Amino acid sequence: MIKQPPGLLQGFSVLLRRDLLLAFRRRSELVQPLLFFVLMTILFPFGVGSDMKLLQEMAAGVIWVGALLAAMLSLDAIFRADYEDGSLEQLLLNAQPASIIVLAKVLAHWLISGLPLILVAPVLALMLGMPEQALGVLMLSLLLGTPVLSLIGAIGSALTVGLHRGGFILSLLVLPLYIPVLIFASQAVDLSMAGFDVSGQLSMLMAFFLLALVLAPAAIAAALKISMG
Amino acid sequence: MLQQIASFYNGIDPLLNIVSIASVRDDRVLFSDLSFSLQPGQVLIIEGRNGSGKTTLLRMLCGLRYPDEGEILWQDRPIETLKNQYYEQFSYVGHLDGVKRELTPVENLRVTAAMTYSSGINEDSALAQVGLQGFEDVAAQQLSAGQRKRVALARLLISDCPLWILDEAFTALDRDGVKILEGLIEKHINNNGMVIMTSHQDISLPAERLVKVSL
Repeated sequence: MIKQPPGLLQGFSVLLRRDLLLAFRRRSELVQPLLFFVLMTILFPFGVGSDMKLLQEMAAGVIWVGALLAAMLSLDAIFRADYEDGSLEQLLLNAQPASIIVLAKVLAHWLISGLPLILVAPVLALMLGMPEQALGVLMLSLLLGTPVLSLIGAIGSALTVGLHRGGFILSLLVLPLYIPVLIFASQAVDLSMAGFDVSGQLSMLMAFFLLALVLAPAAIAAALKISMG
Repeated sequence: MLQQIASFYNGIDPLLNIVSIASVRDDRVLFSDLSFSLQPGQVLIIEGRNGSGKTTLLRMLCGLRYPDEGEILWQDRPIETLKNQYYEQFSYVGHLDGVKRELTPVENLRVTAAMTYSSGINEDSALAQVGLQGFEDVAAQQLSAGQRKRVALARLLISDCPLWILDEAFTALDRDGVKILEGLIEKHINNNGMVIMTSHQDISLPAERLVKVSL
């Protein structure tokens, strides 16, 4: 009798559910990126003043920088807790391929830290005076861009999880890789505010996303292997 | 899976071969030219004082670390080329219990069940076998260290792995827990399983079943 190996999809969904459940039981982690994002954007007009034209010009950049920093804030947590209590080695030493494990963990991270930002971004954008016609592009750019932030960030998180104070090195590692996403995404929103066609910028973001989706899992798995050795 | 391997090997050829491995840490040689092999139905006990490299050796056997010299072979193939085909063959209980504090024991074991070949034992009966009935739905952070260790041991029952790698598995267990673990080990090797463990505890098993390695 040959036993069936555990299903890939089942392993993926069980781990995804586990990580979401963990996030809901530790609420502070769930709220932190969103709260940071909202507060940062709200504070901006206080600092810059109430010149609506100026705010409108900066809106795309402010929202995207906020999203980027909020994503970075939660990166360290992707693997840290699992590394410290030993469940990471349990997850990597079994029948499931490491890429399934890391994809489930990255998706959970994005659902927790990325998706809520996309949902509140239009409200904050309106507050900064962004015209309604650009809101769709803003959300689309976030939808394509924030998963890239999670995927690339997880590589850095995996590399630094073995260090006691990895947070600083993590941001140095990851920030340069975030810059292309930031440039194309905020440019797309700016151009759409001016009424131009942005399919080129969105295609670039799509390409970043697909590239990261294909390449990052293997890199994350290899980085985790190094960190645990 | 155990029966398959046993009938194929008849318990004669070793499944796991360690060929003159060495470990060097910060210019200090922990062990070198270490060779041993393990057949179905055997328990390998690694002895050595604190800091002699027992945990390092076990992490090498798990594939978490590469030996600085030598090779580790599973069915005559190096484990670093087998990857998941090797990982699915063993269950590892290390110093860290790997039990999520925010989840209940059942929720913890459900994750293991989705990652490994199933032994056919469900979460509740595995917990009952390690003496944790009644604690199925209590958050693990409310359990004692010994009880969390038992949850980690219940993982051994959930998955069908021929090889168990146990690092100081007796620590934090009370007398009853020690007896339970000894019973599990005995049952496992009677089923042609294999166990590699470090322990300061003497374990009563027939001599032909025991292999001892000193570091």
